[in-house]
Amino acid sequence: MLEQFAKRYGYDDPLEIYLSRIQALLAGDYGISKRSLALLLLQEDSEMLDSVKSREKGFVDIESIIEEARRYYPHPLTYLISLRRQQEVNQIVKRCVSYPAKERVPFPEYLSQLMMNPFFGGPLLLVVLYYFLYKFVGGFGAGVLVDFLENHVFITYINPFMTKLVTSTVPLKPLQDLLVGEYGIITLGVRYAVAIILPIVTTFFFAFAIIEDTGYLPRLAMLIDRLFKKIGLSGRAVIPLVLGFGCDTMATMVTRTLPTKRERIIATLLLALAIPCSAQMGVILALLSGKPVALILWLSVIILVFLLVGFLASKIMPGELPSFYMEVPPLRFPLLSNILRKTYSRMIWYLKEILPLFIFASGLIWLGQITGLFGILVKLMEYPIKLLGLPSQAAVSFLFGFFRRDYGAAGLYDLKKLGLLNTNQLLVSCVTLTLFLPCIAQLLMNIKERGIRMGIAMSIFILLFSFSVGFLVNLTLVSLGINL
Amino acid sequence: MSRVQFADANKKQELRLTSTDVAVSRLLIEGGKMLSEHAEEILEALWIQIEEKDGLLDVGASRDEPAIEELVKLGLVKLEGNHLRLLEKGKKEAEGAIRRHRLAERLMVDVLQIKSKIMNEVSCRFEHLLHKGLEDNVCILLGHPKVCPHGKPIPPGKCCQEKAGKRPVKIISSLIDLETKERGEVAYLHAKDSTKMQKLISMGALPGVSITLLTRFPSVVFQIGQSQFAVDEEIAKAIYVRVIK
Repeated sequence: MLEQFAKRYGYDDPLEIYLSRIQALLAGDYGISKRSLALLLLQEDSEMLDSVKSREKGFVDIESIIEEARRYYPHPLTYLISLRRQQEVNQIVKRCVSYPAKERVPFPEYLSQLMMNPFFGGPLLLVVLYYFLYKFVGGFGAGVLVDFLENHVFITYINPFMTKLVTSTVPLKPLQDLLVGEYGIITLGVRYAVAIILPIVTTFFFAFAIIEDTGYLPRLAMLIDRLFKKIGLSGRAVIPLVLGFGCDTMATMVTRTLPTKRERIIATLLLALAIPCSAQMGVILALLSGKPVALILWLSVIILVFLLVGFLASKIMPGELPSFYMEVPPLRFPLLSNILRKTYSRMIWYLKEILPLFIFASGLIWLGQITGLFGILVKLMEYPIKLLGLPSQAAVSFLFGFFRRDYGAAGLYDLKKLGLLNTNQLLVSCVTLTLFLPCIAQLLMNIKERGIRMGIAMSIFILLFSFSVGFLVNLTLVSLGINL
Repeated sequence: MSRVQFADANKKQELRLTSTDVAVSRLLIEGGKMLSEHAEEILEALWIQIEEKDGLLDVGASRDEPAIEELVKLGLVKLEGNHLRLLEKGKKEAEGAIRRHRLAERLMVDVLQIKSKIMNEVSCRFEHLLHKGLEDNVCILLGHPKVCPHGKPIPPGKCCQEKAGKRPVKIISSLIDLETKERGEVAYLHAKDSTKMQKLISMGALPGVSITLLTRFPSVVFQIGQSQFAVDEEIAKAIYVRVIK
């Protein structure tokens, strides 16, 4: 039956001959019919070519038939085969499908066109960013939720309780410190992860799931493609980059969806350097809250760095230029159940990945402290920190920042509460910390995705670059005599 | 234009034609649908002589040429001594031949970008392949040109009267040259690298498929069937579309 079907809807004679010649040479069993396999081979399917190459003795002959067929036709064989299939599909569809004549443009279609309008799309993006990122994630997540969890749950109940429990049951002072000391696993590690980072990341994932499910992202990609081409990316990169505002580590993994290696490298670099993750951003927004000028300056510096580094990277990096193509799905009203499920699974992923790292970092700091190594590193950091015009206590935050960027930012938050930083210093440290080395998780992900050489090289570049920018910002402020 | 040149040019052309061409044209000639090339050329010369110069065409010693005999038999011309006179029926036929010749010239220059030096030779051959009825499609494709590349008038056809006053209608154009909301049918794909072609195929942009341009800026968005796709200009340029009105 299938054979008959194949004959009835066959290709033109020469192609059928090439097909049967290849079929005759195929000895192995590949789990699909020989005809399908021969068709894939003629279309130069790399996976199938590799598997046939390793298993067939007569591969050289098969290769020469493919070459012959390729030379026979003026068009690529993929094109011809798809064309023939399309013909058949059209025949079938024509017989059994009819479309009602559309009388007017339905509302979602109208909205979709507005979203893709450059004059309307820009302001819409600002509205989306303002409500979802600034108001919801920054205001509600980083403000209300963090305040509640940190001040009311941890500092009032959990920390005193755990401290009491540990000091009464654990005999050794160093072990007590490991658990509930200044940098203790419970008092610092778990508190940061659960009370500060978790609410911010969760609200971000919730907002992102809504935006994702409406179908807004491809429309944003379409709007931004022209700009992104200037920094060596295509509009498609908008998805990992926006996701980076939630978690850069996850976003780095998502760069796999970009079609060329060149784009993946540029996107990874920009994520590591200039895209602050939600945790960092939440803390930075809190640090700079009530200081609109500093906030705007911080934003301008980061955007400038993003565009400049992207532009330079696209000039330096070899490889084919990006091309943009993407399906634009119809706009849909997001389902709450889907959004909750997505948020939940991402939250679980985040906790699984993040909590051990926080505990690990707390342990490292504790180890560093009791061995005195931590003190030496902090001392070493103090010099570059002074170059940035910051108090030496900030060195601790920057060292933390290596373990997690948001960890460092949260440390700065403590310094601000103590009144140790003026606005100039806040701006400089926020800029430097945003650009600073990615957190340990992202560093590991960079190495995993881009290879050890590229991962390390990127980290060294980012380390030097972030301090240089911080230094320049401070120098500009000082030499212009600006006191924010 | 003397008869000898005519005959020589014709001979050369005959030699260059493939056996299929000859067989096809013989069939058409015998079926009475098409004049022989030589006869058509005589008609053209006559038409130019009458409409654009003055006087009659002197055929001199070649009055016994089979092509002339053919024209006389069909009642298109009348032989008066050594001069040929164009009859009413022949005038129409001649006008069509001129139209095909000059449209062919335009096509050569405007679309195929053939150098004007060799243009006449190429379009002389081409016009005969441009069967009646087909020239209107070429005329539409070229946006109903009024004059040939030498500035001589092109006799208007039916299509020109129908579309008179309207903007030129292109038959084939790149997707990017369509007006927004304009619909077309994919005519062919032309991309230098195969990955671009692959992408277009995977989007279903295959010849014969109906396609509508939705937006052109900042990126190109088009609709195929029930799906919409956003692509950059480079990819959109690779899609050639037959415009549907």
